[in-house]
Amino acid sequence: MWTSPGQLRAKGIVGMNRRNIRYIGRYNDRRLYPLVDDKLQTKLLAQRHGITSPALIGKVSTQFGVKRIHEMLASHGGFVIKPAKGSGGKGILVIERRDGAHFVKPSGAHLSLGDVERHVSNILSGLYSLGGSPDVALIEALIDFDESFAEYSYEGVPDIRVIVFQGYPVMAMMRLSTAASDGKANLHQGAVGVGIDIASGTAIRGVQFDRARHDHPDTGHELASLQIPKWQTLLQLAANCFEMTSLGYLGTDMVLDRQHGPMLLELNARPGLAIQMANGEGLRSRLDLIERQPQGVAPDERVAFAQHHFARRSELERVAQTAKA
Amino acid sequence: MSRLPFYLIVALLLVAGIAMSVHRHVQFEVPWTPGEQRQVWEIEAQVNFNGNGDPAKVEMALPSTQQGFRVLSEHTASPGYGLTYLEENGTRRALWSVREASGSQQLYYTAQVLVAPQARANVVPSPIPDASVAWEPPYDTAAQAVIDLAWSRSADPATFARQLIRDFSDDHQGENARLLLTQFDRVPLLLRLLDQAQVPAREVSGLMLEDGRRRQTLTSWIQVYDGDDSVLFDPTSGEQGRPDNLLLWENAGQSVLEVQGGSNSHVGFSMISRNQPAAAAVRSQQAKDPDTLLNFSIHSLPLEEQSLFQTILLIPIGALVVVLLRVLVGIKTSGTFMPVLIALAFIQTTLLTGLIGFLLVVAVGLVIRNYLSYLNLLLVARVTTVIITVIAIISLFSVLSFRFGLNAGLQITFFPMIILSWTIERMSILWEEEGPKEVLIQGGGSMLTAVLAYLAMNNPWIRHITFNFLGVQLILMAFILMLGNYTGYRLLELRRFKPVTEDD
Repeated sequence: MWTSPGQLRAKGIVGMNRRNIRYIGRYNDRRLYPLVDDKLQTKLLAQRHGITSPALIGKVSTQFGVKRIHEMLASHGGFVIKPAKGSGGKGILVIERRDGAHFVKPSGAHLSLGDVERHVSNILSGLYSLGGSPDVALIEALIDFDESFAEYSYEGVPDIRVIVFQGYPVMAMMRLSTAASDGKANLHQGAVGVGIDIASGTAIRGVQFDRARHDHPDTGHELASLQIPKWQTLLQLAANCFEMTSLGYLGTDMVLDRQHGPMLLELNARPGLAIQMANGEGLRSRLDLIERQPQGVAPDERVAFAQHHFARRSELERVAQTAKA
Repeated sequence: MSRLPFYLIVALLLVAGIAMSVHRHVQFEVPWTPGEQRQVWEIEAQVNFNGNGDPAKVEMALPSTQQGFRVLSEHTASPGYGLTYLEENGTRRALWSVREASGSQQLYYTAQVLVAPQARANVVPSPIPDASVAWEPPYDTAAQAVIDLAWSRSADPATFARQLIRDFSDDHQGENARLLLTQFDRVPLLLRLLDQAQVPAREVSGLMLEDGRRRQTLTSWIQVYDGDDSVLFDPTSGEQGRPDNLLLWENAGQSVLEVQGGSNSHVGFSMISRNQPAAAAVRSQQAKDPDTLLNFSIHSLPLEEQSLFQTILLIPIGALVVVLLRVLVGIKTSGTFMPVLIALAFIQTTLLTGLIGFLLVVAVGLVIRNYLSYLNLLLVARVTTVIITVIAIISLFSVLSFRFGLNAGLQITFFPMIILSWTIERMSILWEEEGPKEVLIQGGGSMLTAVLAYLAMNNPWIRHITFNFLGVQLILMAFILMLGNYTGYRLLELRRFKPVTEDD
C-alpha cells in the first residue's frame, strides 16, 4: 500500500512539492503563463513560429455571439469546442459528426444545438477557466487522426505528452483514451498512459489507474508494438516550444494528424507527474543531467543529446519475450 | 539564487516571535496554560473620622505594585468627596477633600491585588540619616552604649540593625534598652538609634494578608538600606526578611493617614482572597498598564472587539492545518481555505450539529443545483440562485428543527452561505466532469480538513496561546514559510508512486 521516501528517491521520483518549487517556481516565469494558459495566445504564437497546430474555425467571446455559432459550424461536420483558459481537459467538447440536426459525440451521445450553445455559454461565463474568470470559447477543426493508432484508442484522439526541460525533451508518454475515461485522455480519469522511449518513439511500459498494463483495456491490442511515426519531427516540434515560450519546464501535448503529421495541441506550464508512472522511472536524474548542460544549445542538438542519453529498452518486449519463453 | 535572505527572515520571525511570547510571559505573568489559577486579594480600607463641620482633607497612603504583588485595579466609594491621586517618588497617595464634613464620615478604598512572584517594586530612594539626633541625659549615654555594643558585633548596616533590634527584644533586653524604652516608643526609638549610627532606615507600614480577616490594622516594619538594597525587619522580634503575605501599604516613611478638619480618625482593613483564572487576572491587569509598544495587546481593546479578535487570531491555526494537510499529506480539498471557514462555523454550532447541517445543506443544494443546470443559466446568475436556495434550505431546517424542539438546528445559520453556495457549485461541476468518486474524495478531504481545523481551533490551550501571545503568530508564519520551502514527498505520494517502485 505504501512505499518509503527513500525508495522513491532511489527511483528519482519527483514529488509535487519539488516540482512546484524546484522546477516550475524556478524555471517558469509567472509573466509568461498567459502564453500557455490562454490557448488562443498559444495558437497564435505557434502560427508565428511555424509550429503546426489544429486549424482555428472561430472563436466566441460574447454571449450574443453564442447564438451565431450554428452559422460558424455550418460547413464543419466534426469540430472541437474548448475554453481558451481551461485546465486539465475541462470543458472540451468533441463533436465527431452530425446526425441531422444533432451533434454526435465520440461516445455516440447526441446533443442538440441548444446543448452546444449552453456549453459555449458556460465556457464564456468562466465555468471551466482558472479562477472562474470570463473566458473565450475556441472552435477548432477536428483532428483527422492517424489511423495507425485506431487499435490503441477508444473513441478519443490519443495524444503525446513530452516534458521539455530547458528545451530538452526529457520524458514522453502517450495517453490513450478508454471507455473508463469517457474518450478523454486524462490519466486520472482512466486513460492508459504509455511511456515512450525518447530515442526511438516506441512504447516502454503502460499504466492504467497507476497499475501496469500490457494491452488496451477496450480494444485488447497489446501495447508493445506501439511505435510513433515521425518521432523525430515530433521531438523537434516539442523542443522548439522552448524558444517559442521561454518556459523552462513545459508540458507539450501533441497529436498526430493524418495529413499534417505531429501537431501542437496545447502547452502546459504545470505538467503533471503521472508521466513518471507511465515510464516507470523518475524525472529527477534526467532533470539533474539537463541542469548541468550549458545554455544556448540549438534545438536539433538538444534533441540529439536527449535521444542519446535517455534511450531505454522496452519493458513490454521483455514481458512478451519471457511470456514466449 | 541565494536562500540566505529566506533563512534570515525565518530566523528573525522565530526570534521575534519567541522573544515577544517570553516577554509577555515574564513581564505580564501570562501563563502558558489556560487552566492556571491566580490568587487575587480583595482588600478594603475603611477610613472613619468625625467631621467638625469645617472643610476636611483626608490623605491616605496607597499600595503600589511591589515585590510579590501586583495591583490590578482600585476603586473608591466616597460620596460627596473630591478625589485626587498623588504620585511622587514611587509612592502613591489618595487625597479626599470636601467643603463641609460633619458627623461620622466613612471613606472606602478597595484594591485588587494579584499574587505575582515576578512583580518588581518601583524604586523608592533610600532615606538620608538625620545627623542631628539629640538626647537628653541620661538617655544619651544609654543610647551610645547600645549603639556601641551593636556596632562592635556587626559588619554592615543589615547586621547592625539586627543586633540593635535584638537588644530591644523581650528576651535580650539589657539595662540600657529598658531605660530607653521607658521614655520612647519602640519603633521611633529604633529609627532614632539607626539615624544616630548613620544607617539609612525608615518605618514602613504593611498589611498581613489573611483570608477573611476584618478590622485589621497596619503593622510597622523597619526597612534598612545598604546601598541600593533594602532589608525589612520586624521591630519586635528582630526577624529579618519580608513574610510572603505582607503587603507593604506605605513604603516611604510617611504617615498612612492624615486627616485635617476631623477627629478620631482611624483606618481599618478587611480582606478576602479568591482564585480566578489567570486569563481574567491578565485581562484586568492589562486594563491598567500603560500603553507601550511592547504592551501592544489585543487586551487593550474593548471586550467586544476582543472576542472578535479571539476568532480572527485562530484563523492562522486553521490555515496551518490546511497547509500541513496539503503540503505534507497531499489531501485534496474543494476550495483551498473553505474548510477553515467551515471549521469556524463548527466552533459556533458544535461539531456534530455542524457536520449534520453542512451535509444536509450541501446534499439538498446539489440536488437543486443539478436541476438548475438544465435551465441553461449564466454562471453568476446560477450561483446567486444557489445562494438564495441555500438560505431557503437553512431557514427551512431552522424552522423545522425548532418545531421539533431541536434548538441545535437553529445554529445552522452560522454557516457562511456564499462559501457554501460556491462549494455546491464546484462540487456539482466536479460531479458532472469527474464523476461522484472525485466529489467524494474532495468533499471528504474538505470535511476531514474542516474537522481537524475545528479540533485545533477549538482546543482550549491553542485558543489561550493564540489570544494571549501575539508572538505566536510570527512563529506560525516562520513555520509556514519553512513549509513553503519543503521539496520532499507528500504522504499520499508514497502511495501514489508505489507501483513505480514495485516492478524490479
